[in-house]
Amino acid sequence: MQSILKPATEWELQRTLYDLSEARTPIEVIGNGTKRAVGRASQAGTVMTTQSLTGVPLYEPTELVMSARAGTSLARLEAELASNGQMLAFEPVDLAPLLGGTPGQASIGSVFSTNVSGARRVMAGAARDHLLGISAVTGNGQLYRSGGRVMKNVTGYDLARAVCGSWGTLSVLTEVTFKVLPASQETATLLILGLDDDIAIEALAAAVGSPYEVSAAAHIQASLAERLVHEGLRAERKSVTAVRIENFSSFVRYRADKLKDALKIFGDVHEIDNETSLAFWGELRQLSLLQRSDDPLWRISTSPQAGPRVVASISKFMRCQAFYDWAGGLVWAEVQPAADAGATDIRRVVASLGGHATLIRAAPAVRAAVDVFQPLEPGVAAITAKLKSVFDPAGILNPGRMYAAH
Amino acid sequence: MSLIAMPQPDAMVISRRTAIVQELAALVGPGGLVADEDGRRAFETDGLTAYRCMPLAVVLPRSTDEVSRLMAYCHAQGIKVIARGAGTSLCGGALPAEDAVVICLSRMTKVIEVNYPNRTARVEVGITNLGISAAVGANGFFYAPDPSSQLACTLGGNIAMNSGGAHCLKYGVTTNNIMGVKMVLVDGSVVEIGGDHLDSGGYDLLALVVGSEGQFGIVTEATVRILRQAEGARPMLMGFASPEAAGRAVSAIIAAGIIPVAIEYMDKPAIHVCEAFAKAGYPLDVEALLIIEVEGSEDEINGLLGRIVEIAQPFAPAVVRLSQSPEQTAAIWKGRKSAFGAIGRISEYYCMDGTIPLGSLPHVLTRISEICASYGLRVANIFHAGDGNLHPLILYDANDPDQVEKAELCGGEILKLCVEVGGCLTGEHGVGVEKRDLMVFQFTPEELALQMRIKTVFDPGWLLNPAKVFPLAGREAAAA
Repeated sequence: MQSILKPATEWELQRTLYDLSEARTPIEVIGNGTKRAVGRASQAGTVMTTQSLTGVPLYEPTELVMSARAGTSLARLEAELASNGQMLAFEPVDLAPLLGGTPGQASIGSVFSTNVSGARRVMAGAARDHLLGISAVTGNGQLYRSGGRVMKNVTGYDLARAVCGSWGTLSVLTEVTFKVLPASQETATLLILGLDDDIAIEALAAAVGSPYEVSAAAHIQASLAERLVHEGLRAERKSVTAVRIENFSSFVRYRADKLKDALKIFGDVHEIDNETSLAFWGELRQLSLLQRSDDPLWRISTSPQAGPRVVASISKFMRCQAFYDWAGGLVWAEVQPAADAGATDIRRVVASLGGHATLIRAAPAVRAAVDVFQPLEPGVAAITAKLKSVFDPAGILNPGRMYAAH
Repeated sequence: MSLIAMPQPDAMVISRRTAIVQELAALVGPGGLVADEDGRRAFETDGLTAYRCMPLAVVLPRSTDEVSRLMAYCHAQGIKVIARGAGTSLCGGALPAEDAVVICLSRMTKVIEVNYPNRTARVEVGITNLGISAAVGANGFFYAPDPSSQLACTLGGNIAMNSGGAHCLKYGVTTNNIMGVKMVLVDGSVVEIGGDHLDSGGYDLLALVVGSEGQFGIVTEATVRILRQAEGARPMLMGFASPEAAGRAVSAIIAAGIIPVAIEYMDKPAIHVCEAFAKAGYPLDVEALLIIEVEGSEDEINGLLGRIVEIAQPFAPAVVRLSQSPEQTAAIWKGRKSAFGAIGRISEYYCMDGTIPLGSLPHVLTRISEICASYGLRVANIFHAGDGNLHPLILYDANDPDQVEKAELCGGEILKLCVEVGGCLTGEHGVGVEKRDLMVFQFTPEELALQMRIKTVFDPGWLLNPAKVFPLAGREAAAA
């Protein structure tokens, strides 16, 4: 039976971590637990959750800034933003349904701890780009702040962004302050059906390289498109290449027409309206097309031009179905089950073409046997290990979750 | 200015200067070493000209290999190293030390590769900021961060300071536009961090390196994000009777869901000086001037500017002027971008760089006037209103030691005010020497100690850009 610690205040969390570090008791750090199945399996007998730290101490819509305590759910924050016509522009992907959880339940602390970003990342940047400041506690119970509530801040080293994406291994976030942006008046989506990966990525490059501020650029292979909720597209049984434009309505009209013209050399360009677009990108945000399977799922970050080559190379070794986001620079690859989930071959491919691969879904035994996160080059590995020991000298925060050694 | 103390130079290193110079000469190509007094003089200061110091020697490497050999040598000899780009730092970020070798990257200016489909460029970091945009401009692309010194400043300096600019409201600052770097560590080893993919694999080391003020290593190459230019861009001017009215107009524009590519604010003294210099047609009888620029097609621009004028009506702008031609656009921006130079023609000035929440602008401006008046000094304010970055320019007489000291004290008070209202000491210039001793007003001793321990991860002997960023007191204990 695991014991669950649920500090109700920043101060209590700080005290608890201090005591745990003195006793050298390793813990698994979670928010609402929606991403617990990602990473190397936890060895810790004790769990600490930030879910009791909730609330929005600051929201200034005209200054485009919000602060939230780490345990506040994404759904609650997005509802509050929406009521002011604003949004989180980095559109964090919701991994919860993929891993058996409830949509929207992720805590905002976990969103920044794992630096998850969605389709709009290609235009608006990642979670880390929107993070302005943090309050956090180190592994030995030291409370610190980094950054602040203002957009521009170069005072001292950027610890906030360094902790963002460290999967709870460097600090426990207690409060995050981030940039918010106006939501768009209208969304339109242009679709081309039946393109091969190479041509699709060329089309997406043309779209994001245009002056029309394309806010998402994705390509779904035919076999995965058949799993879409959108009935019309599912019935086509063809690959789907999709480009999104969001803006004031009059801008969207003009830009969609310009883009249609630019993309017609790649195939027939269809347009779907605002409502259908919102539903389509909404389901991609929850990775609906990857949900109904238990096969190993990899998330590969590479250069957009390398995306199709990565998939083609992996496909030489194993069955592989891909959904490309970020104009090809993010590959969600579902592969056939294997003892190592294909890690050996996938890592070799990624090493030669550039980028990194993370195993998002696999049985615990598999995740215990392979490196879930991309192994690091020796120079970077040495810095990584030293940073871990600065933030968490006793090594109690999610030990082994990212790397076996610490 | 003389208030900021420098550490005692290492007498041992200085006594060995002749031998060190000879050994450095063997590590760089012909013409790569500056050791004579006149030559070194050109490197004795940066954009914070009140502080000067002759470096032990200056080396001008042409490759990562040379930087690596130089770093390995200095590390083995225990010699301090100060990295330098174009020397435009306004906070003394590149100020030399008597016992330090300056490694100046200004000869490493190559564009290594541009990949338009991936929207990336790989460059050596001695290239100027504007040099990147120039290299990709013919294909309709640009590099977004645009510090005022962009004609001269290098990408390497931008990375060290996480530089911003007028247009970062929409496009972000340096850290949002760098995807990967090659960095030479203090011992001469070379690491690649990031690459041409969008997000980091392990810890976000890139986030730590950008803005580390040359204290973690020397970046020699970087992969930057390049963006497609908008179809067009056009600014407008709006003059207001008070800072409150201008500030509320900015809030209202943003509340309406419009994010202009830039919103620049100038107060009356700044307007007058800039107008005298640039003849931009700025109105002279308003208390606050906004330059608002939007991007898009011709119709989109007209639509947006029209909407902004409507939104601003309740705040009674005394003057509304839309740029009618590329010449007017150039003049409007020339006035703003040359503000520092223009003010420099009438007086020495001390340029501050705090950031404040927009809502506190009227209060902060009132307090700045009071603070400057209490020292008997004049001030002009320039403000990136969209992102809260405030540049009060404190005017003083550089020949009057009393005024010099007052300007520095006055600046310190203004920055403390920025922290008090929820902002910070520096929005885009960096801490450097200038704000080193003010760090205690923004951070607790524990927070500073944590940052120093991170510094020690990269540079255990504290050889890199040594007297910067942290107060001198408490360093050893914190870093141990």
